Amino acid sequence: MLLIVIAGTFFLLEAAPGDAVDAYLLSIGGGDPALVQSLRESYGLDQSVFARLWLYVTALFRLDLGWSVVFGRPILDVILERLPNTLWLMGSAVALSFGLGSALGIVSGARPGSATDRALSIGSLALYAVPSFWLGLVFSVVFAVQLRWFPTSGIETIASGKEGFARALDIAWHLVLPVAALGFIYLALFLRMMRAGMAEAWRQDFALAARAKGLRRHRIVVRHIARNALLPLVTMLGLQAATMLGGSVVIESVFAIPGFGRLAQEAVAGRDAPLLTGIIVVSAVLVILVNLAVDIAYGLLDPRVGAAEVPT
Amino acid sequence: MSVLSRLLRSPEGAIGLALLSLLALMAIFAGVIFPDDPLSIVGPALVQPFTDASLPFGTDRLGRDVLAELVHGTRASLAVGIAAAVVALVIGSLVGTLAGFAGGLVDEALMRVVDAFQIVPSFLLALAFVSVAGASLPVVVLAIALGAWTAPARLARAEVLSIRERDYVAAARVIGMHPLEIALREVLPNALGPVLALSSVIVASSVLIEAALSFLGLSDPNIVTWGSMIAEGRNVLRSAPFLSIFPGIALMLTVLGVYLFSEGLAEALAKRRARA
Amino acid sequence: MSKTFARLSGLTVGYDADGQTGAALEAVDLEIVPGERLAIIGESGSGKSTLALTLAGLLPDNARVTGHIAWPAYGEAPLAGRDYGFVFQDAGASLNPVLSVGEQIAEVAQRHLGMGWHEAYGRARHLLERVRIPQPDAALHTYPHQLSGGQRQRVCIASAIAARPKLLIADEPTSALDMVVQAEIVALLEELVREDGMTLLFVTHDIALASGFADRIAVFRAGRLVEAGPTAEVLSRPRDAYTASLIASHIDLATPPLVAEDAA
Repeated sequence: MLLIVIAGTFFLLEAAPGDAVDAYLLSIGGGDPALVQSLRESYGLDQSVFARLWLYVTALFRLDLGWSVVFGRPILDVILERLPNTLWLMGSAVALSFGLGSALGIVSGARPGSATDRALSIGSLALYAVPSFWLGLVFSVVFAVQLRWFPTSGIETIASGKEGFARALDIAWHLVLPVAALGFIYLALFLRMMRAGMAEAWRQDFALAARAKGLRRHRIVVRHIARNALLPLVTMLGLQAATMLGGSVVIESVFAIPGFGRLAQEAVAGRDAPLLTGIIVVSAVLVILVNLAVDIAYGLLDPRVGAAEVPT
Repeated sequence: MSVLSRLLRSPEGAIGLALLSLLALMAIFAGVIFPDDPLSIVGPALVQPFTDASLPFGTDRLGRDVLAELVHGTRASLAVGIAAAVVALVIGSLVGTLAGFAGGLVDEALMRVVDAFQIVPSFLLALAFVSVAGASLPVVVLAIALGAWTAPARLARAEVLSIRERDYVAAARVIGMHPLEIALREVLPNALGPVLALSSVIVASSVLIEAALSFLGLSDPNIVTWGSMIAEGRNVLRSAPFLSIFPGIALMLTVLGVYLFSEGLAEALAKRRARA
Repeated sequence: MSKTFARLSGLTVGYDADGQTGAALEAVDLEIVPGERLAIIGESGSGKSTLALTLAGLLPDNARVTGHIAWPAYGEAPLAGRDYGFVFQDAGASLNPVLSVGEQIAEVAQRHLGMGWHEAYGRARHLLERVRIPQPDAALHTYPHQLSGGQRQRVCIASAIAARPKLLIADEPTSALDMVVQAEIVALLEELVREDGMTLLFVTHDIALASGFADRIAVFRAGRLVEAGPTAEVLSRPRDAYTASLIASHIDLATPPLVAEDAA
């Protein structure tokens, strides 16, 4: 599975015109054919596409992603250095959007068609239409520039000498605005899905049966309706993992967070194709891992999954 | 009752249609309203909005008319959004139909490719593609479509799988139609409906991805886009936040218009089906 | 002491659809006697299920109800779950797929009997035993999809009687099951009703099934009550031609007639 993805992404970048040497030459303003030839040989670019893919894949099994032209360091090191920041950003944003989104979705779906439901529905649609990087800018103007509540950029106070808990707090402080900007966009998505899921669950027989039991409305909504509506949300989490990773690229740029996404931007700016390939492969691995986690979570949430016999 | 009148009766549909019509008019007549190049300098730099009647939305750092830029930016946004969606839908439907119709190994191989594309963040993919192929409008369109064609492909395949078992396809096979002809003439048109329903989502996300790309400086420098306006305004965010805020609102209204329109349309179509 | 459990007078129910109201029940007058087993009989569209839902207060939002239901047995409008239990036709769909069997029974006891969860689960276990689910301890922690159709209906019955209601309303509880299981479920209902002194309202399309255990039969057709009376009387001396034809044909009403009635 992963092999197919690697090959796919590799061919993808191969299919695009130009290679790293072209890009490098462009940046230094051209060079003589001998230099081109030697550069190509040193990067193995003179070999066939398949031979290079083979080299790349075998190297990958040794956890070798190649050498970054821009940073002059092994790509894996560069990526691993940046990854934690992005994981924190993404993880918090997902937690925020999933938690708050599903909670508001429950409020909205508890009484479909009510005034609260309509207000939340319109609000979430508007939020969903907002570009995340723009929301980030607005947040930083309002909360960082005007109100000065939060820092405008960076992941931590530079050269603050903070350690341990104080440092963690500092990082969390810097992450509030970017997480909010990224999280609010996806919040809308989860809210809308939760609401739709609850509307669907209300139409099921077990909703009527729960009413026939005379249960409190609160219990029907939370335990019977919301519990069922949550399942597609979890699936959505896996489907959206790739999109969210993409979204963090722009947000990291807005808030100058030295993360994975910003690295991608730097790779683009520096025309560092191997680095970009490495980034895409690692992000694919991340997405696969997230999906694995989602599958496991789904299995825990839905008793029907993994059952030996499923009568219809 | 026609779909259009149903659409207009739901508040979502009516607002969405109004927004989209307004934007479409702006895009079409941008050259008539503001015949000059929106990138030309028309006045002093950083005129605040609502202070000068001839420059209602003020000017940017270089003294360019913000309103003219906004109106011309509509063009780029809508053009890229719609073009990317069309490309994604065409590629996706073709691949999906082919996979669903051919079955077996072809299907297996094509769907693995779809898997691979879905696992890679589409924004990173677009970023990589534009950076390698150079920033121009067609490249941006292609880059966005590259990350968006998988959903229609999956949907088209699922539709084809269900349709190809139906009687009229069997009938076509019996009268000796070539499989490719069956695929294109009998199956594809019938699979198109649900695939088209996806188009609004793709248009909306394409507009947003285009904005994000141009925000990061990956767009044609000779064309005004809302994303590049936001990026441009970012340099003077403290003194003139309106430069970033206006194009952002324009973006939001565009995407909102698309969503509202599609929601209204879905509702109108669902009602028509319920009545039929 | 009242001789009437519930009294329906002039009960009319219609459903709004597209601005029009279609009548599902028209001017129904019916008395329910305490402790009786009353079978409501009719083909689909006769309004028999609407009657059950109306009594239980479970009609959808677009239903329009006129007329009156008096509940001398309670003195006030009864509370779902506590005063009456409801058993649906499709046990598979009326059980929540993601909640354990135990929880779905215990929640009724917890809500209406003032029990803590631990105690409520104890009652659930006892009820599972009463409806003859094998290994009730293990069954508490199973999920609906792990049970057979008959077992699911037993679980539904257990949750319907969990709060010791005086009335049990069963809406075609056996028509989704095969013949053997059907007989078992009917026997179980009969036994539970007798032991607990409950009043049973049994909705069915099967006059043969109803005649086996009902004290009284009420026959519905096209939203109207055709006739009601003691089972033996209705069966031996039907006052209405429709009832007579039901008995004469003695076929399951779910099977469509081969020849239209008018032509016969």
